[in-house]
Amino acid sequence: MPTRAPAGAVAAAEAVAAAGVEAYPRIVATLIRVTGDWALAEDCAQESLTVALERWPADGVPTNPGGWLMTVARNRAIDVLRRATVERRKLHDLALLTPDDASPEPQVGQDVVDDRLRLIFTCCHPALALEARVALTLRTVCGVPTADIARLLLVSESTMTRRLTRTRTRIAQAGIPYRVPSGPALTERLPGVLAVLYLLFTRGYVADGEPAFADEAVRLARLLDRLMPEQSEVAALLALFLFQHSRADARRDAAGTLLTLQRQDRDRWDREAIAEGLAALDRVRHDGPYAWQARIAACHATAASADDTDWPTIARAYDALADIRPSPVIALNRAVAHGYAYGPAAGLVLLDAARAGGGLDGYPLSVAVEADLVARQGDRPRAAGLFREAAAAVGSAAERRALLDRAGELDR
Amino acid sequence: MKYMMFVCSDTEPDTDPTELPDIHKWVAENDSQGRRLTGNVLGSTSAATTVRVRDGELLVSEGPFAETAEVIVGFDLLDCADLDEAIEVARTHPMARQGRLELRPFADLSD
Repeated sequence: MPTRAPAGAVAAAEAVAAAGVEAYPRIVATLIRVTGDWALAEDCAQESLTVALERWPADGVPTNPGGWLMTVARNRAIDVLRRATVERRKLHDLALLTPDDASPEPQVGQDVVDDRLRLIFTCCHPALALEARVALTLRTVCGVPTADIARLLLVSESTMTRRLTRTRTRIAQAGIPYRVPSGPALTERLPGVLAVLYLLFTRGYVADGEPAFADEAVRLARLLDRLMPEQSEVAALLALFLFQHSRADARRDAAGTLLTLQRQDRDRWDREAIAEGLAALDRVRHDGPYAWQARIAACHATAASADDTDWPTIARAYDALADIRPSPVIALNRAVAHGYAYGPAAGLVLLDAARAGGGLDGYPLSVAVEADLVARQGDRPRAAGLFREAAAAVGSAAERRALLDRAGELDR
Repeated sequence: MKYMMFVCSDTEPDTDPTELPDIHKWVAENDSQGRRLTGNVLGSTSAATTVRVRDGELLVSEGPFAETAEVIVGFDLLDCADLDEAIEVARTHPMARQGRLELRPFADLSD
């Protein structure tokens, strides 16, 4: 296999990491398709990365790193199966699996596309518990090490190892097919897949969240969008992620305090991510829940300043969103939008309506929203009191600090 | 793959019974496709007898062992390619709307 000149250890390690991101799920997907053995596929993919880390510093980075890794993983799988000796047909199929080493880009044939989609849809099958879907997607599709997933989901590594094993076993025993559903079933399953991505992203994005989750969600949404460009809700979700993610660096001040949209330094927003998001949103041809959320996020992302925000458009989008996906939190956000579009009194009317159902009881942000509306009506002492009330009830330290800062400003 | 599909009742069915799919049609269709091997409706739980042996002693008692509001009222033995096909078969069963269906694959004891 042709290789470039020997690289330094650091350069080689970086090359392994870069190739791993792209190649790992492809290798896992292909080996699962051929062997049907999830654990074997993951072990062999992992093994290929380990071998690369040993060889590439001395031998140089191969011209086709993905193909190189695939070959090593495949040979490893053949070794394991040969030792087991029973899997004759699988061995034969594996032997036929010859990666195209000559092409500089790993093959992007229909098979590969299907393999990765299959992997995503199988990991997100509705017959698996939501937590299991998230963990398995991170492990198998993103290649996140089990120890990291355990840390992200707040369990011990041995617990996570057991859970993943149980999930793989369940896939085999329950007869969950390794397949992308077709026709109406695809439309039925896609929201479940998108919900897992949304959950991943939210966990990375919340105040005390782990940014790696958001990064993985963005990467997966990009992949899914590339694989299913005709699915407009996928493009909408990708756009939504990119708009939110573009603010990742601007969301905290030097002291680590969370900053609201109004207070963020917009020069620190990631313009490239916003441009990519707008391009994705441009392909959205329907009015699903992610589409409306993406349009709202786009209004914020493209406003030159907080004062320039197109609040009437955002308010209309929340009206539509509340129609198709009614929830207390959306009703609350709708009150905020109307408050900025049509004045604090309009916002307070909608806030009362949103609270009427009881769904916002004990939700500190609802008090913070009221505080903001009351402050803008001019009643500073009452607003300060409400901000303190919200701060006392909020769970995250970063959010509490931000709310107390608002109260302090109103005292002056 | 073979699945035992337990047909379970719900305590308070919330579906209009006139809108349920026709069970005879469901049986005929799935039998002719070879997806349903057999199945039956069970007698009431008052006719059930529970058998246990503890410390070598035979214990026979009236009724189902666990007293639950939702009970198994029937079963179907399915032969499907995978879980997705079994779910498709289950979704068209009238009791999917009026009760619940539990799909249990047969354990693979070949190892």
